[in-house]
Amino acid sequence: MEIFGVPLNALYAQLLLGLMNGSFYAILSLGLAVIFGMLNIINFTHGAQYMMGAFVAWVLLSRFGVNYWLALVLSPLIVAAVGIVIERTMLKRLYHLDHLYGLLLTFGLALVIEGLFRVQYGISGEAYPVPEALTGGTDLGFMFLPNYRGWVVVASLVVCFATWYIIERTKLGSYLRAGTENPKLLQAFGINVPLMITLTYGFGVALAAFAGVLAAPIFQVNPLMGSNLIIVVFAVVVIGGMGSILGSIVTGLGLGLVEALTRVYYPEASAVVIFVIMAVVLLLRPAGLFGRES
Amino acid sequence: MTEGVSAFAPNPEYLRVADLHAFYGESHILHGIDLTVRRGEVVTLLGRNGSGRTTTLRAILGLTGRRGGSIMINGVETIRLPTHRIAHLGIGYCPEERGIYASLTCEENLLLPPAVSSGGMSVGEIYEMFPNLKERRNSQGTRLSGGEQQMLSIARILRTGARLLLLDEISEGLAPVIVQALGKVIRSLKEKGFTIVLVEQNFRFAAPLADRHYVLEHGQIVMTVDRSELASRMDKLHQMLGV
Repeated sequence: MEIFGVPLNALYAQLLLGLMNGSFYAILSLGLAVIFGMLNIINFTHGAQYMMGAFVAWVLLSRFGVNYWLALVLSPLIVAAVGIVIERTMLKRLYHLDHLYGLLLTFGLALVIEGLFRVQYGISGEAYPVPEALTGGTDLGFMFLPNYRGWVVVASLVVCFATWYIIERTKLGSYLRAGTENPKLLQAFGINVPLMITLTYGFGVALAAFAGVLAAPIFQVNPLMGSNLIIVVFAVVVIGGMGSILGSIVTGLGLGLVEALTRVYYPEASAVVIFVIMAVVLLLRPAGLFGRES
Repeated sequence: MTEGVSAFAPNPEYLRVADLHAFYGESHILHGIDLTVRRGEVVTLLGRNGSGRTTTLRAILGLTGRRGGSIMINGVETIRLPTHRIAHLGIGYCPEERGIYASLTCEENLLLPPAVSSGGMSVGEIYEMFPNLKERRNSQGTRLSGGEQQMLSIARILRTGARLLLLDEISEGLAPVIVQALGKVIRSLKEKGFTIVLVEQNFRFAAPLADRHYVLEHGQIVMTVDRSELASRMDKLHQMLGV
């Protein structure tokens, strides 16, 4: 069976690939949205932190024999700790300044971090094996599903929606929303807002590192893996609207699928389709699909 | 702290501000404010726009820029404390712009401020005092009417156990019938033993509620009027406030 001249099997395979890429877009743009909401900082270090997540997992495995599942927890914690040090020593001095300063600092930090990893590990990349429990694939009847890819989609969705739930539906989330809107008043009520900001940054960074660990067995663990991906993720954020939680999740997944469909039907455009959509959205709805016009 | 009255200090000071200076960036806004509020008192800060009343409240909470002088709350010097620590000395703050959060529902707004002390009003008691808020508890905070938002802004600090309430222009821009209702609320809070500092433009609203009035001009206190002197100094007051 074919749809517009494309065999159904091939279409499903591409859609799965799109869903998987979309999961990475979603989890990374979600982290950016959480950080931007609370810190008012556009975290250009995000790609480097995603890369660090993958590298820490690889180092944990190759040096210390720490398995994938433990790395999935440890690596985000370690990278978040580094992020917290960055926030406490550098970022916190920039909150009252224009966005541009935060952007320049985080962009510079990304270059420094990537440079350090390049010096240490080169650019040829390291291989990270798929964990044993997730090797092979499952025949779903209508398509063959590589187990690890299915796991990436499920794990990302669970983490994304858990984050959404915490922010939109819990008491802790009400502090975060209030802190995004009017942090001074929240502090006047007795909440330790500076601590909350630090932990929020740590959490956003942990999301990036988590995505990095998920990516390690799929892509090569490479010092530049983050900078390749983060450009697309920023386009996703612009399309979804900076700071919207649900918007970044839905837009990330949606654009992954759009990219996949483009790859099937008009492969020449697949590398630029997201940027074309970004241009159209900027023309029609400058605040993004889910952003609030101010 | 409860409002239990000690025989040795029947009416102890809750708030003592001495020689308070405050800045926004390079602008020097408060030039040595001195005022004292005893437990259970209601005092007002009166004055024209820009005289420094709102800044005085914000400076007490550490929400301005650089501050100098002394602010004792419940016997604790707070001039060097960060804002969130000051709140935990039992202060509830209702800002001039009301500060209702758009991203929170009415009830989430109500439950937002953490308890700063024991003995706060229960949600049930609060809904009894402000029945409108109960009806609208699932509405987005900023969808409430101006009066409801003002009620919510006061209600949410009654839950926290705060005993010193700093209320900024709560009657501003509200219909007379709502202002009247607010007057009742303030009176009943006073009966419950709350200590209240009111920043007011509406002298007619404030006059019958307060034990003492401080009049500010150019960041200084230029006149202090006790309730007992109110009648005799009314002319002077009107002249200073330009009403």
